Order: sequence, then structure tokens, then C-alpha cells
Amino acid sequence: MSVRVAFASRSSHIGMGLCAAALVALAVAPLWGGRDDLQLLSEVYTYVALASLWNLLAGYAGLVSVGQQAYVGLGAYVLFAFAILAGLSPLWAIPLAGIIAAIVAMPVAGLVFRLRGHYFAIGTWIIAEVFRLLASQVSVLGGGSGISLPASLVIAIASSRQWRDFIEYWIALALVVAVLALIVLLLRSRYGLALKAIRDSELAAACNGIDVLRTKVLVYIITAAATAMVGAFIFLQRLRISPDAAFSVNDWTAFVIFITVIGGIGRIEGPIVGTIVFFALRQTLADLDTIYLLTLGVVAILVMLMAPKGIWGLIVESFGWQVFPLERSVILGDRRVVSEQKSGG
Amino acid sequence: MIDWINVILQGVLVGGLYAMFAAGLSLIFGVMRLVNIAHGDLIVLAAYVALVTTETLGVGPLTSLAFVVPLMAVIGYALQRLVLNRTLGEDLLPPLLVTFGLSVIIQNGLLAVFTADSRKLQAGDIEVATIRVFEGVYVGLLPLLQFAVAVAVIAALQFVFYRTALGRAFRATADSQSVAQLMGLDNRHVFALAMALSLAVVAIAGVFLAVRANFDPAIGPARLIFGFEAVIIGGLGSLWGTLAGGLVLGVAQAIGAHINPGWQLLAGHMAFLVILAVRPEGLFPKVRL
Repeated sequence: MSVRVAFASRSSHIGMGLCAAALVALAVAPLWGGRDDLQLLSEVYTYVALASLWNLLAGYAGLVSVGQQAYVGLGAYVLFAFAILAGLSPLWAIPLAGIIAAIVAMPVAGLVFRLRGHYFAIGTWIIAEVFRLLASQVSVLGGGSGISLPASLVIAIASSRQWRDFIEYWIALALVVAVLALIVLLLRSRYGLALKAIRDSELAAACNGIDVLRTKVLVYIITAAATAMVGAFIFLQRLRISPDAAFSVNDWTAFVIFITVIGGIGRIEGPIVGTIVFFALRQTLADLDTIYLLTLGVVAILVMLMAPKGIWGLIVESFGWQVFPLERSVILGDRRVVSEQKSGG
Repeated sequence: MIDWINVILQGVLVGGLYAMFAAGLSLIFGVMRLVNIAHGDLIVLAAYVALVTTETLGVGPLTSLAFVVPLMAVIGYALQRLVLNRTLGEDLLPPLLVTFGLSVIIQNGLLAVFTADSRKLQAGDIEVATIRVFEGVYVGLLPLLQFAVAVAVIAALQFVFYRTALGRAFRATADSQSVAQLMGLDNRHVFALAMALSLAVVAIAGVFLAVRANFDPAIGPARLIFGFEAVIIGGLGSLWGTLAGGLVLGVAQAIGAHINPGWQLLAGHMAFLVILAVRPEGLFPKVRL
């Protein structure tokens, strides 16, 4: 009798089918959507990407960071710096932002990984504050009050304003698809198995020969690079940067954490569900900025206390669905004998 | 020369305030391994409570302590009993996320009620009173009082921890929750008392913060970071170390600000990062409280 490990299940076949259909529909959104729709969708994509990356860090690697705005801001400033000082096209600056963030994240990891658990969280926040303060010292990039992207570089992206909108929309879509694909591939690899083992028990993982620290540092650096690319894109769309906006803890960390917690932490579908809830709530409470944040905070705390696995966690418990083929099952002959989900994975 | 003496003296006096921010944080971590991300926002909340108290009762900031301290202690007890106790366990995520959520709630709640305007507590004549140390070096009476209170708070916490039954309960629970329970301690109650004590210290820090400078609903996170830096610089689990950490941070910021006003905060963070890189256990490490 043959023994093999399978990732897919019936629900993930359906899920991937639906995803492919949705992807096609979203890729041709310029055909059916107006300018506002494209902008809203782009914003949705950036939040799905940021929340998925934070989820990889906190939900899988157990690294609770409240300082990811450090990399959103860093990526954004790299884009503005290369555009303004070197005249580099913003489109090339996006991958460059990822590379530079990965290089910066290495020494930063050396520092913040000296702090354990809870203290790691505040350590990452201090790093973000240091980045913000340093950015406001750079007077060629507008210092504390900020600077705009030169119009000539923006115009050079495409021949017309409409095509610029389309290109920016497709970049946003490509970024979120790339981030989700990266996370799925990472989780299906040996590192993914290591991450799940670390999440369940660091001690047991270490006993089975996993280099816990190395795995965590790797995830930290990958996340930093991808977060910076998303950050660079966000500020390419905004056309203006300032230290307070680029390194905002509310916009790039508080919202992202609430989205992930509400949607379901430690599951790849969670941030997607969370982002949909987030935008649905925002469209209804749009005029009440303060009240909106307050409501989200209350909802996130209630979810954390009552249903710590979030909305998607509840769905998994009731129906056993998975959209992405991630849960490993052992197939003996043609029978599914052990699956991660049933064993509490 | 005189210039630098003044700068360092100011730094030391502010450092006392940072040590007060840190003491409450360090206490909670020592007893229940919880890092309260809302700590800074609770300090700001205390400042607003003091503001309302002084305005409605017409009393001075120092008198308002008699009301603010017990009120914050009660809030702390309730917060721990009703919310935070449910989050404690093996998993690091729930306490972090819940206190982070609380931080956002307090900030935006204060913003909705008091708007983003800067406020300040007026303490009257004492604000401008100075003492001449020697020619060219003057010390404000208020910063001096604040520093003395900080030292007294640290000393009082030290006394509670090592000389009282309550402190024994704190230390026992910190050592082993299950054994402490077997000895008849109710952990939920002990934790709530620790949080009450922490917020009592927060109340004192909040009032002095409000008298010293302008405050608004958004300044909480920076206070959390100052307190946290003081704890790490001083060394985990040592109360006197925390005082030293606060002083190092205060002096670093004062020196930075003296060289270039834009470098005040940066210099403090740099001092923290250097300590973290060179001596991650802090200046005066001690494993347990």
C-alpha cells in the first residue's frame, strides 16, 4: 500500500478554483471598474498583503511585532529617495526597496532578537521610532514636514493618466498575489513545517533538530523585505510622504493587527476575511475616524477573548474548510488516515 | 562647563520621572510576565483624570493625587480581574494584543472626549520656584520634588516587595503560580493587586507629567517606550536598576537636546540600543524582583 503526504483537500480544490476565478475577474477590473473602484481595491490589496505578512510573523513564527511600520516607511523613503535624488523610475524602486529593507533588517534582527517575547514587541516599536526620527532629520527628503514625488517621474510611468491608474492597480494586485504565493510556498516547504512546529512548541521543535532562531530570523527578514515593497507602493500611490504618515503605528500596525485578529490569526485565510470586514466597517463608519478605531479595538479585544482563532478559525472548526492547500494529510493507499486539522494542527 | 552641569542635572531630574514610568511596568512584568502596552496611555489617562479633578474641585495638582491615585488603583484592579486575567497563559499573543487594543481604545476615547488640544496642569508658584546650588547652577523646586517623589516611590516599592506579606505573595506567584496557589494564594487576586499597585504609581507619574509639560491624547506610546528603555537599560527585575536606567535615559536625552534640539529622543533611543548591543542584560541585572 502506498503512503504519501497530500496538501490538498476537497475544499481546497474548490477554494483554489474560486481563487483562480476571482483572480481573473480582478485582473480585468480596469474593464468593469471606475477609478474609485480601482483605488479602493488597491487599498484592499495592500492591507491584505500587510496583514498576511504580519500574520506570517506573529501567527506562524510567534514574533509579535508592533513595529512593522518601520519597514513600510523604509520602503516608502527608499522609493522617494531614489526618485528624487537619482531620478530612478518609481517602478524600479519598488523591488529595490525590498532588497534594501532585507539588508537593513539583518542588523536590526541582531538587536531586537536579544529581547524575548513581550519585550521583542516593544523593541520593534523603538526601531520604528528611530527610523521615523532619522527620516525627519534628512532635509533633502523634506525633513519632518515631508515632500512630494516629482511630477515628471510620475507622468513618465505611462502615456496617459488612465494607463497610470491601470498600471498601479496591476502592481497592487501583483504584490498581493506574490505575497500570498510566497507565504503558501513557504508554508508548504520544510521551513513551513519548521514554523508550524515552532508555533506549537519551541522546545519540541528544537529537540527535533530545528534551528529555531535561524528560522525566525529568516522569516523576519523575508517579511521586512515584502513589507517594504508594499510600503513603497502605498506611497507611490499617495504621491506625498512625511515621517509621521510613513511610520504611522495606527495605519500600518494597529489596523493590520486588528484585521488579522478579527479574521483569524495563524491561518492564511484570516487576513483576507479580516480585511473584508475592516473595509465593510469602514464604509459604514467612514466619517467617524476616532470612533472607528475605537470600535475596531473593542471588536479585536472581544474576538481575542471569546474566539481567539477569529472568524476563519470558527469556520474551520465548524466546517473544516481550507481555501489554500496547506494542511498536510497522510494518505495510506486511498484512505486519508491522519490530517493536521483533525489532530489539532 | 557650568552649561554641561546644568544639562546633566536637568537630565537626572527628568530621569526620575522616567523611572516612575518604568517602575509600574517592571512590577507587572516581574509578577505575571505581562508587558502592558497600554501603560503609557494609562499614564496619560491619569493626567486627564487629574485635569478634571483640579478643574472641578478647584484643588492643586498635588492635592488631586489623593483622588487620582486611589481611582487609578481601582481601575487597575478591575482591569486585571475583568479583562487581563483571562489573557494570561502559555500563549504570548493574547495579553499583547489585548493591551495593544486597550492602548488604541484609551487614546481614541481621550481624543473623542478631550480633543487633540494640548493641556497642562497649573501648579502655581511652585512651578517657577528655584533653588540656587551655586553660582550659575539653579534647580527648579518642582523637578526636585518630582525627583524626590520618584526615589520615594522606588523605595516604597522595594519595601513592599521585600518586607510585607503582599510582597511575599507577589514574589511567590512570580516564582511559581501553581505552588503559590497550593499555599492558599488566589492568583487572580494577587495579580489584580499588582496591577492596582502599578496603576497607583502610574497615577503619580501621570500627575507629575501633566504639571511638567503639555500633554495630549497621543503621547502615551512614547511614555511606554521611555519606561521600557529605562527598564532594559537598568536591568530586568531590579528596582534600583530601573531608577539608574531612568537617569541614564534622561541624561542621554538632555545631552542630545543640548547638541541639537532634533536629537533629544534620538539620543535616548541610541543610548538604549547601545546598551542592548553591548550589555543586553542591562547595567544592574538581577534575575528576579
